[in-house]
Amino acid sequence: MKKNFKRIIKDRLFKITIIFLSFFSTLPLFLILFYLIKNGISSLNFNFLFNLPKPVGEKGGGIANAIVGTFILILISSFLSIPVGILVGIYLSENKDKNLAKILSLLIDILQGVPSIVLGIVAYLWIVRPMKHFSAFSGGVALSIMMLPVIIKSTEETLSLIPQSLKEASLSLGVSYYKTLLFVILPSGLSGIVTGILIGISRIAGETAPLLFTAFGNPYINLNIFKPVEALPHLIYNYAKSPFPEWHQKAWAASFILILIVFILNFFSKWVVKRWKVKF
Amino acid sequence: MESEILRIENLNAYYFENQVLKNINLKIPKNKVTAIMGPSGCGKTTLLRCINRLHEISPGGRVEGKIFLNEENIYEMEPMIVRRKIGMVFQRPNPFPTMSIYENVLAGYRLNGIKLSKKEEERIVEETLKRVGLWDEVKDTLRKKGNFLSGGQQQRLCIARAIALKPEILLMDEPTSALDPISAAKIEELILNLKENYTVIIVTHNLQQASRISDYTAFLFLGEVIEFDKTEKIFTVPSDPRTENYLLGKFG
Repeated sequence: MKKNFKRIIKDRLFKITIIFLSFFSTLPLFLILFYLIKNGISSLNFNFLFNLPKPVGEKGGGIANAIVGTFILILISSFLSIPVGILVGIYLSENKDKNLAKILSLLIDILQGVPSIVLGIVAYLWIVRPMKHFSAFSGGVALSIMMLPVIIKSTEETLSLIPQSLKEASLSLGVSYYKTLLFVILPSGLSGIVTGILIGISRIAGETAPLLFTAFGNPYINLNIFKPVEALPHLIYNYAKSPFPEWHQKAWAASFILILIVFILNFFSKWVVKRWKVKF
Repeated sequence: MESEILRIENLNAYYFENQVLKNINLKIPKNKVTAIMGPSGCGKTTLLRCINRLHEISPGGRVEGKIFLNEENIYEMEPMIVRRKIGMVFQRPNPFPTMSIYENVLAGYRLNGIKLSKKEEERIVEETLKRVGLWDEVKDTLRKKGNFLSGGQQQRLCIARAIALKPEILLMDEPTSALDPISAAKIEELILNLKENYTVIIVTHNLQQASRISDYTAFLFLGEVIEFDKTEKIFTVPSDPRTENYLLGKFG
C-alpha cells in the first residue's frame, strides 16, 4: 500500500512539474506583450501609422516609411527565394538517396545556421559595393538567403508526406514527370508549402542585422528598389539607441506594430493549414 | 488461342542485385481478363509494373527482355506513350485529392494537355462514370472533391480515370483488396463488363476472385511463371504439382 502511495505522489509531482514549466516558458511572451502595450500604446494612433518621422522636438510623426519599406523588403526577398526554395525542395524530396541531395541537404542546414549579420556582409560585397550605393534590393537579397532554407526544408518535408501512389497514378495516365510534380504533387502539398513561406516571412520581418549596411534606412517613403529603404526593425534599433525619451516611446510602438505583423502572419499560416490541408 | 495483344519475351526484372522475375514468357489475349496469382513476394506486382514501365521509378529497378504491345517493343517506346496505352488501377484507391470528381475523370486529358470542348468533356465524364456504374451515385456532386466518396466508389472513380483515356490494356493491382466485400463484388462485376472493350490484366491474392472473373490465369512462384492456361484448366486440372499445392492452400 505504502509503495503505491509513493508512486502516485511521484506521478503527480511529475505532471505538475511539466505543466508548471510549460507555462513558465510562455511567460516571457506575456511579459513582452505587456511592456509593448504599456509603453507603446500611448504613441499608437492613426498619424503614427500613416505619417513620416519628424525631427526630435517636433510633435507627432510616424513610421509609414518603415512599414512600406518592410513590405518592399518582404516582397523582394519572397520573389527571390520562393521559386528557388520550392524547386530545391522538390529536388530534395524526389532524390532522397542521391549523394548530391545529401550534400545539398547538409549545406542547407549550414546555411540556416549562418549568422544574419554575415548574410548582410555578403549582400554588401555582392551588391552594394559594385552598385556603389545602398538599396532595398541588396537588403532583399540578404533576407532572401535567410528565408531560403526555411522554404526548402518545409517544401521537402511536406512533399515527403505525399503518398507515392499519387505520383504513380499520374504517371500511369501517361503524364510527364514535370507535369506530375507541378500539377499533382505540388497542389497536394500546397498548405505545407505556403505555411513554410509564411514562417519564413515572419522570420525575416524582424531582422535588423542584415539591413544595417544593405537597405540602410531612409526617412522618406521610397518605392525604388535600387534606393535605400527604411525597415521596422532597423527603425526600432535607431530609435531605441537614441538619447531622446519620445523616440524611445516610438520604438516601443513600432515594436508593437512589428509583433502584430508577425502575429497576423502566424495566425494566417494556421488558417492556411486548416483550410487547404489535403486529406489522402 | 485468340488474337494476342501483349507478348512478354524472356523478361528478367531486378531491384538492384536482387532478381525478382526470372525469364517470363507470356502471351496475353485481347479482350480477355488475365489473372496473375501467386504467393506473396513472388513478383506479381513487379510483373504488372514492368508492363507499363512503372518499375523504372522504383529505386534500382531494371529489366532485361522484351514486351511487345501489338508487335511494338514497349521498352523502345517513350514511357509516356506506353503508359497512355496501358492504364493502371492500384491496390488502394488514389483519386487526386485536389481535384473534383469531374476533374479526376478528365485528369488524363487535362494533365496531358489535350484540349476538349465543354461538350466533349461532359460527354466523356458522363459516359465513363456510367461505364463504371458511378454516374447515378455522383451525378449531383460532380464538382465535389473525390475523397468524400467511400472506398469502393473511389476505386471505381480511379477505374473511370484510367479508362477515360481509352487505353488498350488495363492493369489492376489487387484492386479489391482494400475494399469491403460488397464494394469488391461491384468492382468484379465491372471488370467482367470492361473486357468488351479492354484487355484486363489483374493481380490477385484471392483465388475465388481469379476463378470468378478471369479467362486466363498465370501462376507465378518465386519469380517464375509455373503455369499459364485457361482459368478453368488451371483450377480443375493443373499440370504442375506446385500450382495444385497452392490452390489447395498448402502454401502461400
